[in-house]
Amino acid sequence: MTRAVQQSQTIEVRPAGVTARWAAVRQILRKHPSLTIGAAILAVMVFTALFPSLFTDANPVMMNIPDRMQPPSMAFPFGTDQYGRDILARVLYGGRYSLIMGTVPIVVAAGIGIGLGLVAGYFGSLADLLIMRIMDVWVAFPIILLALAIVTVLGPGLINIMVAIGIAWVPYYTRMVRSVVLGLRTTTYVEAAQVLGFGDRRILYRHILPNTLAPLIVMSSMGIAGAILTGASLSFIGLGPQAPTPEWGVILADGRQFIRLAWWIGFFPGVAIALTVLGANLLGDGLRDWLDPRMKV
Amino acid sequence: MDQTCQVARHLTGLPKIMTNYLLQRLALTLPILLGIVIVTFFIVQLIPGDAVSAMQGQVKMSAQQMEQMRETLGLNDPLHVQLGKYLVRLAQGDLGRSLFGSQPVALLIGANIGATIQLTVAAMIVAIAIGLPLGVVAAVQHGRAWDVAATAVAMIGVSIPSFWLGLMMIQLFAVTLGWLPITGDRGIRGLIMPAVALGVAEAAIITRMTRSTLIEVLGTDYVRTARAKGLIERAVVWKHALRNALLPLLTMIGMQFGTLFGGAVIIENVFSRQGLGTLATQAVINRDFPVVQGCVMIAAILYVLVNLVVDVLYAVVDPRIRYG
Repeated sequence: MTRAVQQSQTIEVRPAGVTARWAAVRQILRKHPSLTIGAAILAVMVFTALFPSLFTDANPVMMNIPDRMQPPSMAFPFGTDQYGRDILARVLYGGRYSLIMGTVPIVVAAGIGIGLGLVAGYFGSLADLLIMRIMDVWVAFPIILLALAIVTVLGPGLINIMVAIGIAWVPYYTRMVRSVVLGLRTTTYVEAAQVLGFGDRRILYRHILPNTLAPLIVMSSMGIAGAILTGASLSFIGLGPQAPTPEWGVILADGRQFIRLAWWIGFFPGVAIALTVLGANLLGDGLRDWLDPRMKV
Repeated sequence: MDQTCQVARHLTGLPKIMTNYLLQRLALTLPILLGIVIVTFFIVQLIPGDAVSAMQGQVKMSAQQMEQMRETLGLNDPLHVQLGKYLVRLAQGDLGRSLFGSQPVALLIGANIGATIQLTVAAMIVAIAIGLPLGVVAAVQHGRAWDVAATAVAMIGVSIPSFWLGLMMIQLFAVTLGWLPITGDRGIRGLIMPAVALGVAEAAIITRMTRSTLIEVLGTDYVRTARAKGLIERAVVWKHALRNALLPLLTMIGMQFGTLFGGAVIIENVFSRQGLGTLATQAVINRDFPVVQGCVMIAAILYVLVNLVVDVLYAVVDPRIRYG
């Protein structure tokens, strides 16, 4: 009997909880339009990149010389390139590369930056001095030029420019995490944890790290936007994935070559980059307003 | 240190507090410059094998020739000896020689850096000319239609890839309308499109920054006082508020210099414009390490120096900094 009552209560409570949660989500989305628009744009870009075959039957790398340089039409909505490849298919399939290029380096950079920032901020003294002076030198290298140097050493390619972009982003995460940790180190609750005899590791992971999450999420969303732009720029000048890979920067490089004859080759991948970056930037802006209004610029 | 201060003061004719500040900033900058040099030295050490075996892909060499080349380049010395020699050569202004054509790297950079600095400065001027007024309008109209429009424009501006904007401008203004030259090398007219393409994203950042700082300053007591004493709104905004809002902007412009300089690398490629960017890109494709090393190092040093100048300017404009 008791069990039956409990069950019926659970059944009743759960839908109400879900509805409440949905209501909360809807309220957040309504209150922060840039978050909603950004998330929507990104969702569309991710969906089309994951399932390009739902939107086109064309093969992104197969040449079809008789149909080369066709302007946009019903048959080829985005036109075709110098080898008769369908630009729509190339742009749709290309989304994967840009999304990977935007997320992987940022996740790696965040991982390394969190570690360095925690150590520098929490332990202070020599570790802090050493890490932060290295970061001062690190940020002096413009991202694109640092990437050029790294690609020279490792050679061109998707993985290598991701390494380059990741390395270039590390100091920004380190500085941000350190500044948050510095602010928290002297707070009463951290001091209390120390007095209670908790180990450094427990304090760092359980009490300090969760507080860096909000700025981390915001920074990463904007970081993804930046990484997509840098990645596309580097492939545009021939340092990323090589032709015939349907990467947006690579397609744009084709577009530059045929700019006098076929504007559409370069136009559409550029719009795709701009939309994805806009989505990530809007999402970052919205997340910042929602999670951490103090950071508002 | 006191003696150095006195000498420096005598030479510059600056008040003591300013000289101290300058020396302090300089003392902080020198280790960073040394760090940059050491990092650029070590980047090349990361090459799998060494620079000579990496050249094998471009130039065919016998084992004996390779060994000879290693000896000439000093690659057989221990690492600290190599670093020492590298530092000594740098101090003499010797950045090594290009592996292709064996021209001195310093000469190559010297021939190209002017064009890149010209483009970077032009882009910064474009960015300020667009971003500052737009930011002021957005702040003054805070919360109204103009603010929303300016913020939206800035958001779009920061998301558009500069190289794509450059291509589209070539398409419109050079190919279709024929108003401007297609490549970016012919004097001022050739500089317009590259500078705008590079400057737009920066303008967007300046708009956002100006807007937020100005909104904050417009809420302060002294602005309220200025309004209360009956000053016209234009004077309040442009003479009282903006002057203080400009200070953080100055720092940001210094920090953005690196981004612009990096962006110039890409834009030069779009417009086939001579400069450090096209030099570096060609060198990367050729795996011409000394040239890449030189370009990267010079860019980083320039960034540090620009920020030093900005810091000093900041102290000149704002007494709180030099007394703080």
